[in-house]
Order: sequence, then structure tokens, then C-alpha cells
Amino acid sequence: MNSDVGKPPIIRQQIVLSGVGGQGVLFLSRLLAEAAIAGGFPVLTSETHGMAQRGGVVVSHVKVGGFESPLVRTGRADLLLVLKEGNVVLHREFLADGGALVVNAPVLTDPDSRVRVHPIDADALAFSAGTPHAVNLVLLGFALARIGGGTVGGFFCTAAEIREALSRRQGGGGSRLAASLSALDLGITHGT
Amino acid sequence: MIERILMQGNDAIARGLVAAGCAVAASYPGTPASEILSSIDRWRKKSGAAMHVEWAVNEKVALEIAYTAAITGLRAAVSMKQVGLNVASDPLLSAAYLGVTGGFLVVSADDPGPHSSQTEQDSRLLAMMAKVPVLDPASPAQAMALAGTGFDLSEAFGVPVMLRPTTRVCHASQDVDAPPFRPPVRVARFVKDPARWAATPVFRRKLHDRLAEKIAAIAAWPATAPIRMNPEVSAAKAVVASGVVFAHAGELFGELGISDRVALYQVIQPYPLHAAFIDHLLETYEEILVLEESAPVIEMQVADRRRVRGRLTGVVPGTGELLPEIVERLLSRFAGLPVPGGPLPVQGGGRRPTLCPGCAHRSSFYAIRKAAPAGIYPSDIGCYTLGINLGAVDTVLCMGAAVSQAAGFDYAHRLSGKPVDIVATIGDSTFYHSGIPPLIDAVVQGARFVLVILDNGTTAMTGNQPTPGTGIGVGGETTAAVDMEGLVRACGVRFCRVANPDRLPEFVALLKEALVHAHERGVAVVIARQPCAMVARAAGGTSPGAIVVTGECTGCRHCVDRFECPALVFDEASNRVRVDEMICTGCGVCVHVCPVGAIRTRSAGEKRP
Repeated sequence: MNSDVGKPPIIRQQIVLSGVGGQGVLFLSRLLAEAAIAGGFPVLTSETHGMAQRGGVVVSHVKVGGFESPLVRTGRADLLLVLKEGNVVLHREFLADGGALVVNAPVLTDPDSRVRVHPIDADALAFSAGTPHAVNLVLLGFALARIGGGTVGGFFCTAAEIREALSRRQGGGGSRLAASLSALDLGITHGT
Repeated sequence: MIERILMQGNDAIARGLVAAGCAVAASYPGTPASEILSSIDRWRKKSGAAMHVEWAVNEKVALEIAYTAAITGLRAAVSMKQVGLNVASDPLLSAAYLGVTGGFLVVSADDPGPHSSQTEQDSRLLAMMAKVPVLDPASPAQAMALAGTGFDLSEAFGVPVMLRPTTRVCHASQDVDAPPFRPPVRVARFVKDPARWAATPVFRRKLHDRLAEKIAAIAAWPATAPIRMNPEVSAAKAVVASGVVFAHAGELFGELGISDRVALYQVIQPYPLHAAFIDHLLETYEEILVLEESAPVIEMQVADRRRVRGRLTGVVPGTGELLPEIVERLLSRFAGLPVPGGPLPVQGGGRRPTLCPGCAHRSSFYAIRKAAPAGIYPSDIGCYTLGINLGAVDTVLCMGAAVSQAAGFDYAHRLSGKPVDIVATIGDSTFYHSGIPPLIDAVVQGARFVLVILDNGTTAMTGNQPTPGTGIGVGGETTAAVDMEGLVRACGVRFCRVANPDRLPEFVALLKEALVHAHERGVAVVIARQPCAMVARAAGGTSPGAIVVTGECTGCRHCVDRFECPALVFDEASNRVRVDEMICTGCGVCVHVCPVGAIRTRSAGEKRP
């Protein structure tokens, strides 16, 4: 339906983002989608709006490459980014065998060895860096560093492409952009 | 130049409407349709087009305004969520008979699931009842295209047209080629024809005949005919799908490798279903599986019970969203493949939604339970429905029903000789939307209850759209503002007081006074006025260290269970409550909630906890 892009979609990647209202799940999914478009990939996302945004569970799906449905099926996600540890139990079924779980938690031992688990205490990091509301970007930076970007099997995009997407989104706000970029870098540093 | 950008479905619909020359647009906010109107206004600004764009007081008014523009020859649109269409159904059904001269699009967004609605009703059924053609997009890109097609269809036949996206289209985002704008160049010209525009029953009968002829012709209109996705394949089985379920099915046809043995059709116009298509299906296929949300609208038009499988035959679940996992099972079974048995995604779960930290609704609900502990608490549609967590919401029916239900409870209990305290809650936007007629009714009938209007100056649940009381328009421009107190008094209410619910002890006392008035003299209204905490937070926020929990905390959990502020966290290890400094707004209401006085505001110069 949507194959008229310049670059052939060699990458097909399905990402699920999970958190609670106010954590910036929606912001992350749009950032990833914009990075996908800039990279020449078709993209479909699905967002949660309405009452759940009042502190309830919020899920976004991001599908990069030639897809038609906006939803990721269970067992199909290459990557699950979880901003609230308690959501792991709710959404881990989305992960495919061999998929990666990046979770905002000091430690997480997952009995299921079919997925790779990457925990990071993004709350503590963001708080100590003075950017408590940038937990989402700390987690994303960490995920980019841990999983690797721009390669088949890794993230569909690189950290540099996310930086560019952030700059386009927050181009007007100098200090806001600087805070966002430093939160992203904080995550990258911890993941490297 | 055509630009390829990320667009949410609602944004794409808005772009499609403005690009097609829509001149008048009106809406009342409701998930999942809320973003359409604000996007229309953004595209209006970008295009420089002269348009009238408004948040109307309710969906009925919105539809009537847009419809009327369309009988002057302009293109016009109205957008709403599916339950809003119920409110607007009266003018819609009549508008179908009278028709239009300019393109008229009714965008009604459905919410199969439902994710953020009272029902998972299918607007296409209402379109069918109204005899209005309906288009069913599968993606944001298609929704954008169908906005223009809808206007063309509307003008070709002189009928209102419905565009019916669902949550998974409205709140999907996709890279789309944004079409260039076509500035509206028409001039409004209302041609008087009372036999049509003010038709009496005799003429209505003729208009009905005319409408039936139009619907028959629309069932042969080429531009909205079903699309065969794999025309090269000859098969004995066919899948017929519409909306986002078609998108799921299309992707799964590829993954399951069944494109070479099962025909796949996308229906773009579920009603009226193209007559030649129905003939073609029944002449060509032995088995037909129909996948659609959420009612069997296509299925019931392909009326051959021996060959058609769907919701009516029980093959497809009769309720709920057709998630891709379910579609995968249905297609696998239909194609004779092994049926996968993986889990369905968890819906909801985890932390329940709750009122924001610093939200004044929390204070109102806490005060209501203090003032009328044995009362009945009818409530309404909005963020404050979450007062259910605080035990201060007993009923939620539909927009405005808090007021009529309060009256109904009073009449029922008084008949039985057992009058009760009744304290109803309704938000400001909901009050303007449909709370006024029941308030007039209650005054006239001598109902005895307290109505608390939770006036936070915004339509918070759906994204902080302005209300008629704020004096702000869709694009931030200044409008006239309605005086809420004057309005309440004009309804005949003799007790109408305004107070800040965050001043908890005073507010409880006021509610008690209002209850006395209600029992003795009839309806009392208390306007709980305090700005939405989300607006306040956007303006500058949290207040770390403002609130202190002292060592006197006994761990009784009263504040956590009865007040449920997310900024008060129960620490199991220490058996005490602590303040989450990342989200505390420092409103200080919890100071009055703690039964042992262990919560207090930090005094100036005192060390941070």
C-alpha cells in the first residue's frame, strides 16, 4: 500500500514501547517514526490516547519497513522498550524469540532465555542528571548503544539519526534540545 | 511540492479535508476523533484558506452548523466520536432526506475494543439507518484520500457522506504524501426551496423516494467500488474486508502465503455495498469470509447464509476488536492452514488510570464523601469518571446524564419514603454539552440534589480543548465567554455558589450547606472552580520538597486509598507514606486528608526532606 519510497525497504523491524501515561512513550514512538522516514523507510505506528494517558498503561507500536497493519502481533516484536518495570509482565508476549527487551529497572532477571534482557536504571540516571522527565530518552540512548544501530539485526537507525530527528523536532527550543540530547547521550554512555 | 511526512490518522483526515476545499468545520472533542478539528485549524493556518472552524457546544450543534454550510454550496465537515453521532443522529437522519448542494462529510470515529468509549457501536449501522453512504479507510493515507473522495461523492449525489475511521486509523501514524491545498473559492448561496429545506411530511415521502434512488445509484458509483487485491488468482474462497481489519488481513495474506489460493477484496464503501459486487461474489465463490468492525454491515448485505461466514454465523467473534492475532487465526482456518495458538495481547492491566497529581477533582470527590458519606453519587463523562477510584462515582451513563440521574434517584427514593443525599458531578464542558436541559427539568420538577460542576476551565480528558466558558477559540483566538453562574441561575437554580475545592475544610462545609438547601428547597449547584492541573503543570509545574511526611505517619493508608494522589507513595519497607518529588505539585490538599496530621507543608527555611 505504501511502497512508493525512494529507498527499498531492506529492513523490517517491529518495536513495541510500553510505559505509563506521562512518561513520553508517544514522544519516543514519533521520534522513531520520524527517524524512519528520514532514513527512507515506510513506517506505521499505533498509539494509545484517552483515559489511559492519566497514569495508566500506554503502549505504542512502531513498524519500520513494508507493513500494512499498524499493530505488532504477539511473538513478533524485535524489540520491546519498557519504561515501567511493572509493564514487562503485561507486554513481554509481544517479543519474538531472540528479540531484545530493554527495561527501565536496576536489574531484571528473566527466566526466559529466548530473549536478551538489557536493564538500565533510567529513573535514577535521569534524576541525578537533573532531567527527571527525560527517562524515555535515556532508555532509548541505552538501547541504541546496546543493540547497535543501522545494521540488519540491529536498530533500524543509528544514534546519530535519532539526534537529527530530535533536532528537527525540538529545533526551536535551544535549552530543551540540549537537555534532550544530553539525556540521550547519558543513555548511550551507559550502554556502551 | 509534495512533502512526505509523518501524519497521525486524524491529522491526515484533516489534511485531506482542507486540501479538498473544506470551508466550514465543527466538532465536539471525543477520543479517538479529538485531534481532527485542531489539525484542521492548523492546516487552515498553513494553507491561508478562509474557513470557519469551531469547537461546538455539542455534536448535534456541530453537525447542524456544518450541514447548513453545505446547503449553501460550500464544502463542510463535522467530526466526532461514535457516541457523539448518537447525539447528532437527529439532524443526520433528516439531512439525508433533504440532501446538500455542497459536499458534506460526517466523520464519525469508532472505537472497537472499546479503548476509550462507553460502547463499541458501529457508526456504519447508523449510516445505514440514515441511508447515508459510508467510507471505511484502512490507514491514515487512505483516510486522507477518502476525505476528498467523500466530498466528490457527496456532491455527485447531493447527499451527506460518512467517513468512518476507527481508533487504529485515527491513532495510527504513517508516512504520507501530503496533497497540495485547494483553496475554497466558492461563494455561499442559499437557494430558497421551502418544499425541500423545510419539507412537511408530504414532501418528506417524496424526498425518501429520491434518497432511495440515490442510494441505488451510489451502489454503482465506480470511485468507491471494492478493490480486488489479487485479480490474477482464481479461487473458490474469498475474503472480503474493510477498515483496519483489511490492513491486518493484507499483511497476513503475504505472511501466510495464501494470496495464490484465496481472493482478497477491500470494501471501501460498506454501505451501500456495490450491487454488482454482491452478484460477483455470490456467482464466483463457494465460501466468503467477511472481516469488518464492529457490526456485520457488509455481511448482512451479502445475504447468502450458505456461503457467507462472519459475525452473524459465529465464525467471527460477535464483539470486541478484531486484533491481527484473531485475524491470523480466522484466515488460517479459512485457508485450511494450521491455526496458531499464541497469546492475545494483554488489554489494560497494570496500574489503573488515576487523576493527575494536584488535580482539584480529587479534592472535590474527597469532600463529597466527607459531606455525604451515605450519599448516591451520579457522575458523567470526562477525566472525573476516575472519581470511581475514590468511591465518589456511582453511575456513568452518557453525556449529561449525571443531572438527570440525580433527579431520577431523588424521585425514586422519595416515592419510597426514603430520601437520600444525592451529590452529582459533571465537568464544565459536559455541563455545556448536555447538562443544561436536565438542570432546567430538575428545577421545574422540584428535584432535591446537589450538583457539583467541576469547572477546570477545559475539556481535559480529550486534550484540553477550550469550553464555551473560557473565551478561547480553536486556534487560541478570543471568543465571547459564557457566564456559568448566570447560566445556572437562569435555569432557575436558587442556590449557586462558587468555591475552590482545594480549600478542603471550607469546601466540605459548603457542600453540607448545599445539601441542607437541596432537601428543603430543591436543586443546589456548587461550582468547584480550579484550573486543570495539566494546564498548570505545563505552565510551570512541580514543587519538589513542598510537602513533608513526618515520623508521625502510622501507615494507615487513608491518604493512599481514599485520596489516591499518585505523588503519595506507600513504602512497604518502612510502612510509611512518602512524597514522589518528581510529580508532586505542592497543592497541599493532602495536608487536610491525613487523619493524624503527619502530612504538612514545609516551612520556609526548613531543610528538604
